[in-house]
Amino acid sequence: MVHGAGGKAMSQLIDQLFVSKFDNDILTQQNDQAFLTVPNNKIVMATDNHVISPLFFPGGDIGALSIHGTVNDVVMSGAMPLYISCAFILEEGYPLAELDKICQSMAKAAQQANVRIVTGDTKVVEKGHGDGVFINTTGIGVITDGIERGADKVNVGDKIIVSGTLGDHGVAIMSLRENLTFETTIESDSQALDDLVANMVSQVPEISCMRDPTRGGIAATMNEIAQQANVGIQLYEDDIPVKAQVKSACEFLGLDPLYVANEGKLVAFCPADKAVALLEIMQAHPQGQDAAIIGEVFEDSNNFVQLATSFGGMRMVDWINGEQLPRIC
Amino acid sequence: MKYVDEYRDGKMARHIAEKINQSVKPDKTYHFMEFCGGHTHAIFRYGIPDLLPKNVKMIHGPGCPVCILPIPRIDAAIELAEKHQVILCSYGDMMRVPGSKRRSLLKAKADGADIRMVYSCADALAIAKDNPDKQVVFFAIGFETTTPPTALIIQQAQKQQVNNFSVFCNHVLTPSAITTILESPEVRDMGVVPLDGFIGPAHVSTVIGSQPYEYFAEEYQKPVVIAGFEPLDVLQAILMLIEQVNAGKAEVENEFTRAVTDQGNIKAKHLVADIFEMRAEFEWRGLGLVPYSGLRIKPAYQDYDAEKRFPLTQSQGTDHKACECPKILRGVKTPKDCKLFGTKCTPDNPIGSCMVSSEGACAAYYSYGRHLQSDKA
Repeated sequence: MVHGAGGKAMSQLIDQLFVSKFDNDILTQQNDQAFLTVPNNKIVMATDNHVISPLFFPGGDIGALSIHGTVNDVVMSGAMPLYISCAFILEEGYPLAELDKICQSMAKAAQQANVRIVTGDTKVVEKGHGDGVFINTTGIGVITDGIERGADKVNVGDKIIVSGTLGDHGVAIMSLRENLTFETTIESDSQALDDLVANMVSQVPEISCMRDPTRGGIAATMNEIAQQANVGIQLYEDDIPVKAQVKSACEFLGLDPLYVANEGKLVAFCPADKAVALLEIMQAHPQGQDAAIIGEVFEDSNNFVQLATSFGGMRMVDWINGEQLPRIC
Repeated sequence: MKYVDEYRDGKMARHIAEKINQSVKPDKTYHFMEFCGGHTHAIFRYGIPDLLPKNVKMIHGPGCPVCILPIPRIDAAIELAEKHQVILCSYGDMMRVPGSKRRSLLKAKADGADIRMVYSCADALAIAKDNPDKQVVFFAIGFETTTPPTALIIQQAQKQQVNNFSVFCNHVLTPSAITTILESPEVRDMGVVPLDGFIGPAHVSTVIGSQPYEYFAEEYQKPVVIAGFEPLDVLQAILMLIEQVNAGKAEVENEFTRAVTDQGNIKAKHLVADIFEMRAEFEWRGLGLVPYSGLRIKPAYQDYDAEKRFPLTQSQGTDHKACECPKILRGVKTPKDCKLFGTKCTPDNPIGSCMVSSEGACAAYYSYGRHLQSDKA
């Protein structure tokens, strides 16, 4: 508890763990606030709480995830990410060596995404009142091309492109969950998409909307957009990229990959005449090699998301109710 | 995915759909019931209704083990966890099913009860071994498919003397439920519900075999085609049923030969007979009291019977009055005929049994079939 009490121990913790790893000229001023300089553009800001069990998983950890998640939320607007804040809630007794690993991973993720961690906070809660480490991050970015993208800009006829395979993160996490342990070589797709997005918006500024389909998977994202844009969405099962291993894991757990979380993928909506060009740009980028056009937007006052199944029928892709639970038979 | 993709092939689906279209007599309407929730799920998930001619109607039967568990049994499970402070181990899709006052295992868990989702009853026994100072109860549900594993785990618990482990048994039997549907006045006497045949259970039949269905074919003159849970299995079974109806036959046919034999799994049946015995009656959510349709643990194993180990109160919880599930399960009504469907009763807030699991008729229709009312359809 002493580390969260504001005394010398806390100061040491901040110095040793945070300032040394997140080192930059704004943070080292060690004021209660960060002085930021931003270009004369529209600013975007996004915040996200990160709670995940287990804290370390194949392909990432909560540290990297806390940067990737917020950077991705910022860049989905087409913005360039600049600054990030981080606030930790630590459970008493959490090993400092583990925390050190998490911070290293955050620092690396921030560096790769070209964002600077400029301010932060730490609180310690009693043992049993937290799950090891919770991290909140808030990101700030600027929109350099002046274009506001969002669900309200989505139009009937827009094509929908996904940047890669779906469900990797969720399956990697599930394979480690208590009572569901199974062996897999699937790794989380946790990654910051700033560079991919920068390429996309600079070459196809007409992109109407981008989202990262995290919790609830692509199904949740599609339903959100259909509702916000007051349109219907049609997806084509044959065209949706899912790794064979992810398909298999979902098969025996009785889950649907469309509802499984991703942490390093995006879906983009763009006018039909730009779709092939955008697809090629995405496929040329290492983070978009498996990109595919998976659907389109149509008029529907019910705002339904429908899927043309590989089998030849049609079905709804509905909002998820709570968490997906494995089926008995 | 080997052994899976073959049974979901779109080209083959169109081929069978074409054959179905050629086989149906235009002046006749065909009504088939798929008993199992697994079939209901496959029908909606793969969009099979779009491949069927308009005069082939599917009735979604009561074969979802989660949906048919009555409120008092859910209340009892919650009572075990809350009042008796046991670690209650449950299959995943049981977690959300509401009991009295709309409380579910998930809600009880959120309120602090120690309820754990397990993938196998073996996990529950392992939890008991890891927590010798706690009572651990496995909430056993399901048809003949999940009964043998429960039997095995009771046997193992006895052999290994895991004395803090017991089973809350809610296993039910498929043939008795089919009899109840066929004996219902709407089907048998009034002829209100035309029922031309059954798609027989997949996994259940791997255990009990195809032989128990002979009775239905003979006594009630209804064809039965046992089918796997993959969409091509379902489509092929529908074609086989149509051909039987057209030929005036009522036989048991087995489409699922890759897994189902005449006699089923004899070893599993012996194991079940060793551990369990028939209850005189058991309540099914939606069907009411069904004679000889449930199993309980035999006296020889009563040390592992949670109902013997813990004094449980009999809750009086009943379903919503306006709920049409009982009629939907017998094919008398469809989900759309229910006033609660899609308004008060949704997968988020299920009121009737058919809405509680994705295998229930209402939930499958709501989650996968609502597009039929969209502007595009």
